[in-house]
Order: sequence, then structure tokens, then C-alpha cells
Amino acid sequence: MQIDIKTQAVTQLRQTFSHVARYLGNDKPASRYQEATYGLQAETNFHYRPLWQPELELYDKRRTQLVMKDWYVLRDPRQFYYGTYTITRARQQESMEKNIDFVERRGLLRNLAPAAVEALVLALVPLRHLEWGANTHNCHVTAYGWGTALTQATMFHTMDRLGLAQHLSRLGLLLDGNTGESLAQAKALWLNHPAWQGLRRVTEKMLVTQDCMEVFFAQNLVLDGLLYPLLQNHIEPHCAAEHGPAISLLMDFLPQWFDETSRWVDAVTKACVAESAANHDLVAGWLAQWGALVNDALEPYAGMVLGEKGPQAVKAVEAILEARVGKLGITLDRAVA
Amino acid sequence: MNMPAAPNGPKKLSLKENYALLTRGLGWDTSYEDMDKAFPLDKFEGIRIHDWEKWEDPFRLTMDAYWKYQGEKERKLYAIVDAFQQNNGQFNVVDARYINTLKLFLTGVSPLEYAAHRGFAMAGRNFRGTSARIACQMQAIDELRHAQTQAHTISQYNKFFNGLHDPGHMHDRVWYLSVPKSYFEDAMTAGPFEFVTAISFSFEYVLTNLLFMPFMSGAAYNGDMATVTFGFSAQSDESRHMTLGLEVVKFILEQDPANIPIVQRWLDKWFWRGYRLLGLVSMMMDYMLPRRVMSWAEAWEMYFEQNGGALFNDLARYGIRMPKYHDVASMEKHRLSHEVWGIFYNYTHAAAFHTWVPEQAEMEWLASKYPETFDRLYRPRLEYWRAQQEQGKRFYNPTLPMLCQTCQIPMGFTEPDDPTKICYRESDYRDNKFHFCSDGCKDIFDNEPEKYVQSWLPVHQIYQGNCFRPGVDPTAPGFDPLAEVLLYYGYHVGEDGGEYLDSPDRRNWEQWTGKPAVAT
Repeated sequence: MQIDIKTQAVTQLRQTFSHVARYLGNDKPASRYQEATYGLQAETNFHYRPLWQPELELYDKRRTQLVMKDWYVLRDPRQFYYGTYTITRARQQESMEKNIDFVERRGLLRNLAPAAVEALVLALVPLRHLEWGANTHNCHVTAYGWGTALTQATMFHTMDRLGLAQHLSRLGLLLDGNTGESLAQAKALWLNHPAWQGLRRVTEKMLVTQDCMEVFFAQNLVLDGLLYPLLQNHIEPHCAAEHGPAISLLMDFLPQWFDETSRWVDAVTKACVAESAANHDLVAGWLAQWGALVNDALEPYAGMVLGEKGPQAVKAVEAILEARVGKLGITLDRAVA
Repeated sequence: MNMPAAPNGPKKLSLKENYALLTRGLGWDTSYEDMDKAFPLDKFEGIRIHDWEKWEDPFRLTMDAYWKYQGEKERKLYAIVDAFQQNNGQFNVVDARYINTLKLFLTGVSPLEYAAHRGFAMAGRNFRGTSARIACQMQAIDELRHAQTQAHTISQYNKFFNGLHDPGHMHDRVWYLSVPKSYFEDAMTAGPFEFVTAISFSFEYVLTNLLFMPFMSGAAYNGDMATVTFGFSAQSDESRHMTLGLEVVKFILEQDPANIPIVQRWLDKWFWRGYRLLGLVSMMMDYMLPRRVMSWAEAWEMYFEQNGGALFNDLARYGIRMPKYHDVASMEKHRLSHEVWGIFYNYTHAAAFHTWVPEQAEMEWLASKYPETFDRLYRPRLEYWRAQQEQGKRFYNPTLPMLCQTCQIPMGFTEPDDPTKICYRESDYRDNKFHFCSDGCKDIFDNEPEKYVQSWLPVHQIYQGNCFRPGVDPTAPGFDPLAEVLLYYGYHVGEDGGEYLDSPDRRNWEQWTGKPAVAT
């Protein structure tokens, strides 16, 4: 037997907004991601040239050398709009919170021997500043990039990096019993310790890099693509072996986050280099140039934490990035010299 | 493994301490690169900042808490939007005239939410102070939320009503939408300090109860559950943004006395820019809502004259006075909405929403709210239009109006001391004459003529032939330039604009709901 709820039949006039329908090719039901993405950014008839850059329009595709016929092909495979983004992160934060709570209640980090605390502060806590740099770089892309498909995802990435900086700060507070001493130490290390200077130098160089897509690739593909595998495969296992597994509970979120966001970075990269040979060569050039800088920066850091295994670890993560970008369609020897 | 009984427990942190530890020390002074190259845009406006550490974090929200609160709000909001769609909640509004406020909102205001998102991302990149950057970034992502949730909420109305189908395309092109568009682009093309003063303070703090809230209250009064739910959900974001607005201005003023005259000039400018933009809201409140919340004049008295007056009293200790021409705005409060509705009644065939003559009972309401002006100045005109319409001669103005070079509204406003005489002002600049609707708009131009000569004035652009679709041949026989402009705007001609009583919206409403086109 069929059960029917009687409803009033009304033929709706259209399925979605005209701008979404134009993009999809016809008027058909659109997803929330599509309605939250297409057509949001103004595209034409700008009124005033910026006082801060009068040679360009308010939004201008010329803020990068990369050329895309359609910037909205740079879609996010996670289909994050604000709602799905915050709901996803809130859920992840809940499980992270359990780990932090566990470590805190049992004093697993603050009761470590002073030498162990010092070693962990030295190895990990200055990363909060690197994440703050990554926050600013992604904010740069959000401010000056073209098209909501890209810039909403970089907005979420901006806030993610602030969240990571704060997460690493909490790690410091768990080590120092909430005095904040570890954070002061970490800042001094970031500013002065030789092993951290390469990473600081790279971060500062990105701060003065104007091309918004260069900044995108330098941070999100190259620096993260080398640093996060180093943390996941080498630094964190080393710290856990030396100082106990509590640290792994706190570092657990980072590789998960990296895997998830890499799907998006990969999709953007793939679409950019597939667009044209010129784009390919440009991105490959950035990859080579920033890859060399990051490599120089990682060696002293990896050496400091891993000792003689450092160089080998850096080589290993370079191989990982090389394989990854190869799958995305980048041939490194075609890079612009 | 260590045993659970920790010998020395961790220090207890207050929220404020926790926030400060997690946030404040994140930034550093660069040494491999010049700090002024890393943050090149926070000095050129002449604002002097001596100590960024004095910035008081107005939100004190760490990201973990932000995700948690906002994720929860989104879960609730989308549950209600889903239910609204499933239950055809779009037919529960008072009558289909109400939908026109949503058209104004989606095409005029939602794109500003998006512009705010990008503008705050710029400020969130450009201030060298860590806390200031974070505060701006938080607002940047909030504003993206508003743009997106508005699109999702109003999406359902778009499926059943006209005029809502192409908001971004229209915002970039349509004549009256250049008023909000140019307003926000004016702020974004300024430096970061002017942007936050304009948007966080003048727009969010001083004027939000006259802009965003009237739409949300209007939704509540007129049975629009989707929009009112969005409005409630956004309210806690808005109160954070208002807090930021006040903090921004106090911080700048406290840093250096040389900042005071710069800020005062911005407050003067952005008060008048904002007030002119609110002309659109005034007609919405007095004419477009079938169930009215309060009159424009009452709202102005409560939210600007009283609340705003108290605010500027507080700021007097910094040497800040009331914005210039606030007295003119108060003199105009009994006529503003009537003049603006008159303009749109004239040009509604070129607008993406409908206009109409108010019903008798509505005219009584207007007369009671505007005893000094309505019966004397505006009722006769409305009754004349009604009579014309009844004879089959609904009035549409076929010419194009002259626009104010600054606010871009057609020059229909009247002299401050004479509501029967159109106000014209002009300035000469580089051998050209520029026209203004008011002394306020003329002053703004005269302070920065090189900026405002660039205004993309829709009427000028039409006459210059810049508002036709690509590939259209204006020399073709029988070419109708104005009809072509409407296509360039992306209108569905015959559906999106014109008289409400003649509209498909009205016919559909009656057919689908069985309710009267005009609620009584």
C-alpha cells in the first residue's frame, strides 16, 4: 500500500540563480557549494583605482603572473563553504580536545624531565610562528586573489593556520604548566636560534612576495609539502621515541589536517598547471626556487632535532614532494632556470 | 607512563590570559626583510601608531572556540532553512510586495557582505599588529558567512519570485546598485585605517541598526522565517563587529593626537556616504514593508539622534565632534523615504524590483508618522499617480536622470530648508563640471576629486555606449538603446521590474496561495 501526504503542487520558476545556471550550462538544481561560490566576487565596472595600487583595479587578475581563462575551475574538492567548513572543524576540534584533556589531566607533558621539556620546546613550539606566517600568506591570497572558488578556501586556510598556531601554543602551555615560559622561549628560538633561522628567513621572504599565486604555491605546496611530511614521518616519531608518546597525541591533528588540505592544494595545483604550458613552467619555476630555499631551511632544523639522520630525512621528504607534484602533472626539469 | 596524580597542577588561566598567551606573541619584527616592506600599507594614510600592543582584543575568541560556536550556529540555521524549504515557507509572507525588500537586500546588501569579507581580508593582511590582524580576519570570515548564508536562505525565494535571479551580475551593472557598490569600493580602495574606520565604525557601529537590522525586523514582521532566522543567527557576529568598530576608532585616536583630524575627516565623509546609502533603507521601511516596523523618521531619531548622539558625546573627550551635516540628515528625515520612493516609482521599469502606490490605510499610516509633510507634499502626488494608473496610464519616466557624482543617486533630493526645491551643487575640476545632490556629497568630492572623477556613473556609461551586451550593434536599424541596457543588466524584461499590480509575481502569488495581492 502506498502512503501519500497530500501537498500543494506549485511549479517553481527556476532551479537556481542565473549566474549559477550560466556556469553549469543550464538551469538545474545546484548544490549549496555552487550557490555559495559562483558569482560572489565583483568582476567589472569598478569605480575607483586603489590608492594603494593605482596601476591596477580593486580586484585584478594581474596580481599574479599565472593566467587562468576561468578562475572558478580552482574548486575545492572538499566543497567547503562557511557552514560545512565550521561544522567539520568543530567536530575535529572535539576529538582533539579529548586528547589535550587527557594529556593535561595526567600531567603527561608538564611532568617530563626538564631536559625533555626543553628538547620538545626547541623542536616544536617555534612552529607557532611559522603557522602565523602561513596565516598571513594565505590572508594575502584571500585579499588579492581572483574568484571566490580560490579565495574562500584560502580564507578557511588562513583561519586553519591561526588555529594551528594556537594549537602549538597550547602544546607549549601543556609543557610549561600554563606559565607561558615555553612560548617566550620559543619566540627567542624563532628569532635567534641558528636551526630556526632558515625557516624564519623563508617565511619573511614570502611576506615581501607580491604575486598572490606565488605565495600560494610557496607556502601551501612547497613549504608545507616538505615540512609536514618531515614532522609526520621523522620529527614526531623521534620526539615520541625520546620523550614518550604523549606528544603524539597532540601532534595527531597535524597530519590529518595536512592530508585533508592537501587534497585541495593538489586540486588547485593540477588545474593551474593543466591550463597552459606557460602556467606549468611558471609553477615549476616557483617550485624549484622555493624548494631550494626551503631545503636549505629544513636542513639545520632537521639536523638539530634528528642529528645525523637529518639530511636523510630531508632527502626523503623531497622525494615525497617530487612524487606528489609529478602526479599533479609537473615536470621539474622544465622549470624556468 | 606518569601517574595521574600530578605533583604540581597547572596554573589556572582566565579566558583573557589564555587568549593573550595563545595569540599575542605570535607576530615578530622581521629582520631578514624590512618590516615596512612586509607591511607596506599601514603608514601611507598618515595615521601614526606607536604601540600596536595597546590594541585591546575585542573578541578574545580562539579558533577552537570560534569553530565550536559558529559550527553550532550553522547547524541550527541550516536545519531551519531546510525545514523552511520543505514546507514552502516562502508562501507564508504577508503578501508578495514584501519579496521586493528581499530583492533590494540580495542585490544591494549581500554583495556588500562579500565585499566586506574581502576588504577585511585586506586589512587582516596589512596591519602589522598581530591582534589587529586577527580581529580583521575573524570579521573577514564572518562576512563570508553572511554572504553565503544569505544566498542559501534567499535561494528558495528565487525559485518562486522574480528579480532575485542574478544578484552579482546586477550589482556590477545596474544603476541604483552602483550606490552600494561604489560605497564599498570607495572604502576598499582607501587605505586599511580608512577602511576599518568607514566599515567597522561608521557602517557597523553607528549605522547597523539602520541598515541590517531594519531588513531583519521587517522579515520578522512580515512572516519571513528564513530571513529572520538568518538575522538572529548573524546578530552575535554583528555585535562582535560593532565592538571591533569602537575599538578601532579609540585605538587610533589614543595613539597620537595627529590622528584626530584625519579620523574626523573620515567620520564626516563616511557618515554622509552611509546616510545617502540609507536612503534605500528608508523607502524600504516606509513603503515596501506591508507590515511596517517603525518609520524611517522614528528609526533615525532612536538610532542616530539618541544613540549616535550619546556615542559622539563619549568621543568628545578625544576631540571628536558630531559628523558634519548630521543636522541636515535630521532636517531631511520627514521627506527622505518619500523622495526616494518617488524616484523608484518613476524608474521601476529599469529596476529589478516592483513599486506601487500605497493603499489608503498605508497612506493613513504615513500621514500619522509624517504629519508635517505627507499630506501636504507627497499624498497628492501618490493620488495623482493612482488616478493615472486607473486610467491605464501608469507613469514611467522614459528619460535618464542626472546622478550625483559622489553618492550616484539620481538628483532628486531637496534643499535642506525647502522640500519643494531640488538641491543642485557643482564643482569645477580639470575643466569639467561635476554635479552633486547635496553639500555633503560636494564636500566629499572636493576633498578627493581625483578619486571621484573616476566614478562609474551608470547614466554616463549608458550614454557613452558602455552598457550593451558584447556583440550588440548599436547602428543596426531599429536599435533601442534603453531596451538593450535592460538586457545588459541581466533583467528578464517584463518580469523583474515595473508596477507590482501588473507583475507576474502578483499573478503567481494569487494563483499559488489564494491570498490577496495586497494584504489588508
